[in-house]
Amino acid sequence: PGLYHSSTKSRDTRTGVLKAVLIIQKWYRGYRARLMARLQYALTVFQSIEYADEQSQMQLSSFFSFMLENYTHICEDDPELVQRLLASQKCIKERQDYVELVGVPDSYSGPRLQFPLTFVDIDCLLEAFMQHQVLHAHYVLEVLFETKKVLKRMANFNHVRTSRYAEITICGDLHGSLDDLFLIFYKNGLPSESNPYIFNGDFVDRGNNSMEVLMILFVSFLVYPNNVHLNRGNHEDFMMNLRYGFTKEILKTKLNSKILEEVYTWLPIGTIIDNEILVIHGGISESTDLNLLHGIERNKMKSVLIPPMEGNRDRPIELKENKTGGPVTTTPEKSKANEPASEHLLKHEWEQVIDILWSDPKGKSGCYPNTCRGGGCYFGPDITSKILSKYQLKMLIRSHECKPEGYEISHDGKVITVFSASNYYEQGSNRGAYLKLCSGMSPRFFRYQATWETTLKPLYQRVNIIEISAIRMLKEKIISRKTDLIHAFQLQDRKSGKLSLGRWAFCMESVLGLNLPWRSLSSFLVNTDKDGNVSYMSSFQDIRIEKPVKEAQSTIIETLYRYRSDLEILFNVIDADHSGLISREEFCATWKLFSSHYSVPIDDSQVDELVKTMDLNKDGSIDFNEFLKAFYVVHKYEIMKSD
Amino acid sequence: MADDRDREEAVVAELHKKIKDAFEVFDHESNNTVDVREIGTIMRSLGCCPSEGELHDLIAEVEDEEPTGYIRFEKFLPVMTEILLQRRYRPVPEDILLRAFEVLDSTKRGFLTKEELVKYMTEEGEPFSQEEMEEMLSAAIDPDSNSIHYRDYITMMVIDEH
Repeated sequence: PGLYHSSTKSRDTRTGVLKAVLIIQKWYRGYRARLMARLQYALTVFQSIEYADEQSQMQLSSFFSFMLENYTHICEDDPELVQRLLASQKCIKERQDYVELVGVPDSYSGPRLQFPLTFVDIDCLLEAFMQHQVLHAHYVLEVLFETKKVLKRMANFNHVRTSRYAEITICGDLHGSLDDLFLIFYKNGLPSESNPYIFNGDFVDRGNNSMEVLMILFVSFLVYPNNVHLNRGNHEDFMMNLRYGFTKEILKTKLNSKILEEVYTWLPIGTIIDNEILVIHGGISESTDLNLLHGIERNKMKSVLIPPMEGNRDRPIELKENKTGGPVTTTPEKSKANEPASEHLLKHEWEQVIDILWSDPKGKSGCYPNTCRGGGCYFGPDITSKILSKYQLKMLIRSHECKPEGYEISHDGKVITVFSASNYYEQGSNRGAYLKLCSGMSPRFFRYQATWETTLKPLYQRVNIIEISAIRMLKEKIISRKTDLIHAFQLQDRKSGKLSLGRWAFCMESVLGLNLPWRSLSSFLVNTDKDGNVSYMSSFQDIRIEKPVKEAQSTIIETLYRYRSDLEILFNVIDADHSGLISREEFCATWKLFSSHYSVPIDDSQVDELVKTMDLNKDGSIDFNEFLKAFYVVHKYEIMKSD
Repeated sequence: MADDRDREEAVVAELHKKIKDAFEVFDHESNNTVDVREIGTIMRSLGCCPSEGELHDLIAEVEDEEPTGYIRFEKFLPVMTEILLQRRYRPVPEDILLRAFEVLDSTKRGFLTKEELVKYMTEEGEPFSQEEMEEMLSAAIDPDSNSIHYRDYITMMVIDEH
């Protein structure tokens, strides 16, 4: 009996233990899945906002087109202003005028480069940047001038050969992330004749060390011009730099950035490996014509924001000076006799380049406009097959899109996306990757994630950090559209202050247009009662836009905050000498043009008043950076990230 | 009568939107399909707590006759709606979870050693993968004692979820 009793008991215990284990496993998997879903929501928020921002770049581009179209009319009012906005890049002075103007003092303790550059200079730079030293402007300019000189001799496409013993490494977007570049060199070795690299665009913007990354890449290129291949990305564009941060870095150094703008335009469009693999930054479209692209004058592709105008002869209107120095428009026929070569690409050429730099692959067949980004297109597997076979190519390697694992294979293995900036949206958001390949072998992928921490945080903490960051960003977008949102809510509500979750989600999407899962995000953004109804004003209670002056109207503040980056670009373009100052007249004229094109419902005089009250006058000029900085968002309950 | 039906339709309509949101966030191609390996995550993110075995059966229900590795939204939606309406696979309540840990802690110390937890989770029931085990440990383990004080752990997880 005792034996019998204990065996049933132990069987019961066994069953009890098994049940307990199953319960814990079931619970944990559910919990973990909800964490992964929260992570995915946060990444979706980041990506939607990123692409929406890029889309508004295109709106700015159409603003420039609008100005071109209304040129003569505007010209009468303020010829000089528009001239400055549209002026073709005047030929910059020779190297001597710039480089020798900027001398290196004896007291300078940063890295010194010796031309002609050798691998010693690469080491020197890496060492110096690791110790957070800054490269003197003199050397930066030298590097830029040299790089332009060497790039100018190169064709639109680099041609590279590999073999079993000579693999090539391909890196994607770096976006100013020095940590990732160090990590890649640490894992994969420095560039050399036996260790060739392709850097597939987007070296700058968003990260903190765009200048350092650019310098390392350019110096490596100058030392090994046949083994380090640089492809142009959509951020190698001075207009993009204005919005996404690199320009701020440059302005701090007081460098003249015109030479950089030129270097960008001389970067090759892409690289072709073994005549069978095409490496370009963005993607392709159904009309991609590699033969055409081989032949265009690539340095005429200034910026995605300066499209050639649609004329009846498919040419941009020439801006020339008449005898007294004022601008005059001429139609191409009239000036045929002594017409200088156009400084811009033809429209269809420009579009070809935009497709290469901006397009994204998708699973759906066909080719349709990339509405998310506002430029380039979405291309399906059928397009890939068509274009690859048209040029007898086997594979397309591109970058441009952040992927959680640093890379992604799509279109039946014909398209590889490689992205090298880890933690792109936030610490922990994604890995970076690079790939190595040689003819006859499948590509090998290497992933990494840069971190200053010695141990990995638990998953729930990492997800929390990313989630908080994403929600914060989303809230800033929400506050910048407060007036429109309240208007939309009140149309649906009968003064109760509440809406059903569905109605609230509908309003959010109709105003913000971010294509986000609002219902799932609602718990972060708004208060809901037990019936599931949303108190819609609660979105605005813990965040506000700082008012630079107490009396200023909320709608003006909100609008200026919302268009802050666009205005920043405009002001920077007008500010030709990069002094940070523009005249009051220029400021008001710019605002006038801007507000009429964007149909901003604010009286221009109100903005004038605001500027006057803010008293940023410095001898009749306005420090526009100070002006724009005054519009920022305050989060009432800032949660400090734990170290 | 008609009112009740309207209300039910409204409830179903809201459920559909909720399911669509959860599905779309994993639909990377924007073509109304998700990788079959994400179905478990999607279902659990909607509040369900199936075991691995139950999940396996559910996947079979939503798969195409010729499995492609992708699940289509048209097949997923009705199945998921029914599950939510019937409130199947309800999550594990806090007290049940606590009692489960207590069963494993036979001598009632208030904690489990790392070795004990790893042994149970990776050898019994529906065993954890190494990744799942490491992840659970990184949050649950008290590095000084190398043990899991499960009461504190549960409290922390519950707070994080809310």
